[in-house]
Amino acid sequence: MTNIESADQAKQDSSYREVLTELLYQLADDDFIVSFRGSEWLGLAPHIEEDVSFSSITQNTMGHAVLYYQLLEELGEGEADVLAHERPPEKRRNAIYLEKQNGDGSYLDEPYYDWALTVIRQYLYETFKKVKLEALTKSSYVPLADAAQKVLMEQTYHLAHWKTWVRQLQDSTEEAKTRLQSRLKEAWGEFLDVLELGPKANDMEKHQLIVAESVLQKKWLEEIKETLAVIPAEPLQKNKGSGRNTEHTQDLTQALVTLSEVYDQDKNAVW
Amino acid sequence: MEQDHKQIELETVLKKVDDPELPSVSVVDLGMVHEVKTDNQHVSITMIPTFAGCPALDIIEKNVKEAIEQVDWVESCDVTFSFRHKWSTNAITAEGKKQLKKHGVAPPPESYQPGEEWSVDCPYCGSLYTSMENVFGPTACRSILYCRSCRNPFEAMKPVIDYSVV
Ligand SMILES: [Zn+2]
Repeated sequence: MTNIESADQAKQDSSYREVLTELLYQLADDDFIVSFRGSEWLGLAPHIEEDVSFSSITQNTMGHAVLYYQLLEELGEGEADVLAHERPPEKRRNAIYLEKQNGDGSYLDEPYYDWALTVIRQYLYETFKKVKLEALTKSSYVPLADAAQKVLMEQTYHLAHWKTWVRQLQDSTEEAKTRLQSRLKEAWGEFLDVLELGPKANDMEKHQLIVAESVLQKKWLEEIKETLAVIPAEPLQKNKGSGRNTEHTQDLTQALVTLSEVYDQDKNAVW
Repeated sequence: MEQDHKQIELETVLKKVDDPELPSVSVVDLGMVHEVKTDNQHVSITMIPTFAGCPALDIIEKNVKEAIEQVDWVESCDVTFSFRHKWSTNAITAEGKKQLKKHGVAPPPESYQPGEEWSVDCPYCGSLYTSMENVFGPTACRSILYCRSCRNPFEAMKPVIDYSVV
């Protein structure tokens, strides 16, 4: 397979273009929703330095989502802003675990958010993001390989941050350990969805857009075993369904309504 | 000869376009200008973005375009950001490093391994006795440190380098 150098070239092969856009939607929608859940911690993080760090990570992650939406725009999927704001849940490809609310309550009303959920989710996600990005740097679609290399250079700081949180909390009090373990157990029941590439996974591999799911999953497991003190014995599952297959929960609807509230008031506003 | 003269003129103009968040440090010295092409009265500039989520990119694009269009023989200028070439903090010039220090921002460390801890000297007193307060600073490209010698908090350009995946 020879490399595809540009959007124009990708458009000449409809099968290639279709599989490529599927992969890009997954990448974009994952970063987009993770970034939104992160932004809901603004002003609520455990301490002021964390507030600075987490909001910086969140802003940068939204920048990564934008890169992927721009690649979709180049492929004729529509404007990046529209793709980010106006697609209904049934068109979204993000994994369901990533849309889960941060805890009880809402940002404006009694936000009883759970830091253990956030630490576990961000850590597991950023580790997988790194594994995926490393594979994408060798993608047959050169604009995607370039974007992946760029994101990888920045993302290393995000992963290091969450690794530190995991290490410190799992070496701290009994309460911290118990909370982390219970969120890890919960993640184990849902995270398989994040680790999958959806119904077109085989074609993605065939077109050399990315390697096989099994390769990514094995590498991810090896990486997290180096940091996590205890790994659940049960097999990984996706018991909330498959976001890659556009199945979603009420939590995604809530996120999209909140996210687009300002955008919907004046779609032509320039910021 | 004429062409060389034009090129030098454009470069001189670009050296006066500062990063909006780092006044006195030009986009040239930050290593953001990749290529400047002229086609009669039209100028095309390819730039390398710093951080993907950097909100200043739009402002930089606008400032570069406006500055170039001020040159009397230039009719129009377009600016594009390319991801083909990776920005790294190694691209910051010696002049850029000097200007950063004047601004109280330490240049990035010379040697850095991605994911590892790093430190820099204090931009005010030059002491090595500094500590990392927060690797994430007010903008994506900066970190917050503290000098234990002169007791000043300061910022540093966060090192970012291209590394190949084996
Ligand atoms: Zn000092």
